[in-house]
Amino acid sequence: MMTTRAEKYLKTAKLPHIWCPGCGHGTAVNALLEAFERMGIDQDKVVIVSGIGCASRAVLYLNFDSMHTTHGRALAFATGVKLARPELKVVVLMGDGDGCAIGGNHFIHSARRDIDLTAIILNNSIYGMTGGQLSPTTPVGSSTATSPNGNLMRPFDICSLAKAAGATYVARSTTYHVAQLARYFQKAISHTGFSVVDVISQCPTTFGRRNDMADPVDMVEWERDNAIPLAKAQQLSPKELEGKIVVGEFVDGSQSNGNGRGDGPLP
Amino acid sequence: MRREIRLAGTGGQGLILAGVILAEAATSEGFQVAQSQTYGPEARGGSSACSVVIDGEEIDFPEAEEPDILLVMSKEAAEQEIPKLKSGGVLICDSTYVKSIPPADASVHMVPISAIAKQQLGREMVANIVALGVLAELTGLLPHDALEGAVLARVPEKTKDLNRRAFAAGVAAAEKALQVRQSA
Amino acid sequence: MTPSHKQRLVQGNEACVEGAITAGMRFYAGYPITPSTEIAELCSRKLPAVGGTFIQMEDEIGSIAAVLGASAAGMKAMTATSGPGFSLMQENIGYAAMAEIPCVIVNVQRQGPSTGVATAPAQGDVMQAIWGTHGDHPVVVLSPASVKEMYELTARAFNLAEQFRVPVVLLADEVIAHLRESVVLDRETLPFPIVQRKKPSVSPSQYLPFKADADGVPPMANLGDGYRSQFTGLVHDEAGFPSTRPEVVNSLIRRLHHKLEDNRQQIASFEAVHLDDAELVIVAYGSMARAAIAATRLAQERGLRLGVFRPVTLHPFPHEELVTAAARARAILVPEMNLGQLVLEVQRLTAGRCPVVGWSYVRGELPTPDLVLTQALRLLEAEEEYEDLLQLAALVRDDIVRPDWWLEQEWGA
Repeated sequence: MMTTRAEKYLKTAKLPHIWCPGCGHGTAVNALLEAFERMGIDQDKVVIVSGIGCASRAVLYLNFDSMHTTHGRALAFATGVKLARPELKVVVLMGDGDGCAIGGNHFIHSARRDIDLTAIILNNSIYGMTGGQLSPTTPVGSSTATSPNGNLMRPFDICSLAKAAGATYVARSTTYHVAQLARYFQKAISHTGFSVVDVISQCPTTFGRRNDMADPVDMVEWERDNAIPLAKAQQLSPKELEGKIVVGEFVDGSQSNGNGRGDGPLP
Repeated sequence: MRREIRLAGTGGQGLILAGVILAEAATSEGFQVAQSQTYGPEARGGSSACSVVIDGEEIDFPEAEEPDILLVMSKEAAEQEIPKLKSGGVLICDSTYVKSIPPADASVHMVPISAIAKQQLGREMVANIVALGVLAELTGLLPHDALEGAVLARVPEKTKDLNRRAFAAGVAAAEKALQVRQSA
Repeated sequence: MTPSHKQRLVQGNEACVEGAITAGMRFYAGYPITPSTEIAELCSRKLPAVGGTFIQMEDEIGSIAAVLGASAAGMKAMTATSGPGFSLMQENIGYAAMAEIPCVIVNVQRQGPSTGVATAPAQGDVMQAIWGTHGDHPVVVLSPASVKEMYELTARAFNLAEQFRVPVVLLADEVIAHLRESVVLDRETLPFPIVQRKKPSVSPSQYLPFKADADGVPPMANLGDGYRSQFTGLVHDEAGFPSTRPEVVNSLIRRLHHKLEDNRQQIASFEAVHLDDAELVIVAYGSMARAAIAATRLAQERGLRLGVFRPVTLHPFPHEELVTAAARARAILVPEMNLGQLVLEVQRLTAGRCPVVGWSYVRGELPTPDLVLTQALRLLEAEEEYEDLLQLAALVRDDIVRPDWWLEQEWGA
């Protein structure tokens, strides 16, 4: 997308942003704006809610009604917004720690309710803003500021978690696969029900530097080289899938019960 | 004039509901009323007690300090509550469960409330309504029709007849108790 | 006695819900917890009938968050809880204060700390209600002492929240919440009109969401109104954009504080009972005030002049009136169902004008008026004996540190 097309979606006076050079979050936000542009959305009818962390900072630059809330609680705030004004589209931007560690309870219960929100998780496997600590999606073996000898514990698979908890649109892509990402965003936002897009993003500053990928290009190439489409992944053994990023639509959006639109009885 | 009524027994006996009904009857009669309760974490069993304060004027302290009227429907409640009864007050014991009581400076009535509910009405769960009938007759606290009206306004439609009979059975048992006392 | 046809027997928690709906509450989010649960249950039944929304959230953190989201989107919103849930809500209460999102939080106090006694009354959350969330922050704390006040103060809580864009805590206790009283509750008898939040009078392009009017309160555009509002918990400038500039930090923190402090006369309220000629003043709030007021009745019967000063707003505190009362009294007794919380505020505000002694009653029940009177009499005796105020102050401190000091001697508690 050309900068000129993006401008109307940005509070340009608030730029430059705080993200480091080479950060994946700007790429992901650009794909989100591309999705908005293709959808021809009414900017006054979209509310963007976020929590705390690098990913959540995005709302401060976006020219929409927005709430930059507390760490982990974005989905719960967004639930209130949606129920108060069901006609608004509510998009929730979170990081992996924000959305799935401190906010994990709200995440699974939003999925259970199938409430009509779009949860976008900018997943860089690290707590970037606080300087690179272990997150719930840090791969086994990765070095972080709080796992200096390598992470021993299994990470969450956000898409499996969302699917198991009842989300009715679930997809994953990466900041390398920008066109696919924008397409998934568009489908997620158009979907009525709880939609989740797990965006594999890169943090060269706090993750890459500790894991032999200090150059942002290394990290994007890691995304490119390890991404496997869902259909292909289904043919592979767990052993063969180790270290891979399975991209695709895990729940295709055809099964929402519509309970969470905000204008009917609630579960 | 301030009157304090305390109903105490075991959770599940319906004494809090009985207190609410008593309070509603007093409210409909235009009195100032305060009703409170203490209970444990159990939905059934455990101790349960309820106070109703009735006054013609504004009620400052909403709980019972020294009850004028005390109904006890379990042994434990009798042990705990009887010492707090105002001297010269009215004590009503469900003799189904309260077999003996410490000496009390009170007008004491032993009425087999739960047994009446079980034997005459076939349902021990209406013992609380029997108790209200007993209380109404023994104390003259509120008009019978006000109390009976409050009972019927609170209970489900299909149990109205049962509850009407339970209230009447309580009134009759109290009349009998008074006769026994007078002839004794 | 003439029967009043409008008089009903209503429980405190029920009156709270009626007051909220009267004030315009149309959104409730909560999580079940004794002794506040009736509020959630009633909201789930009553809100749909008035076009409102109820949701049971996954925890109290989510409950207050959903309330703030709904309020930012234009709904008058409330949650209710008790101690453990109130603790969980603290962070987002701070967010409400910082982002200036109106909300009402009902805390029905039970015996703490931790799980404590779920069904027993206490007043141990006074300090938390006022100072609970981190950082200096504005909050209004109201203390109801009757079922009728549960109705009126809940409605007033919404008014204050909307007028000043602050979180308002209705700090009830188990006694008042579960008490049923004969009351007449209707909108017509509310002693104040219902307040709506102030909307922007400028176009979206000119709107600065955190630029305050002369009263210290910025007009509020709701999400979805086309103003591209931006809420954040970060220190922010008038446009709502985060800032770390010292002058921005200073002016925001001071404005948030001053919008309540400068309007304290309008907010602070109290009840005085036999205060004018009282030689001993009891400062009591919530259900404890009922015991204190009854103690003045017992005192009168014995020819003693006892008065009660009942703060209705625990924060901001009606301090001018308290100072006036303190200047006339021989001593002040502050009975509380905690180890001495508001007594510290009373001591600070009266600044030595008369001895102030706390009495702690932490047995998970309301003391009887007789017990309160006994403490009052002991204080009057002690005040005569200890002519040196410093000596008495030492006694007072001792009593606060070891609050059962009197009780143990007298009742072997």
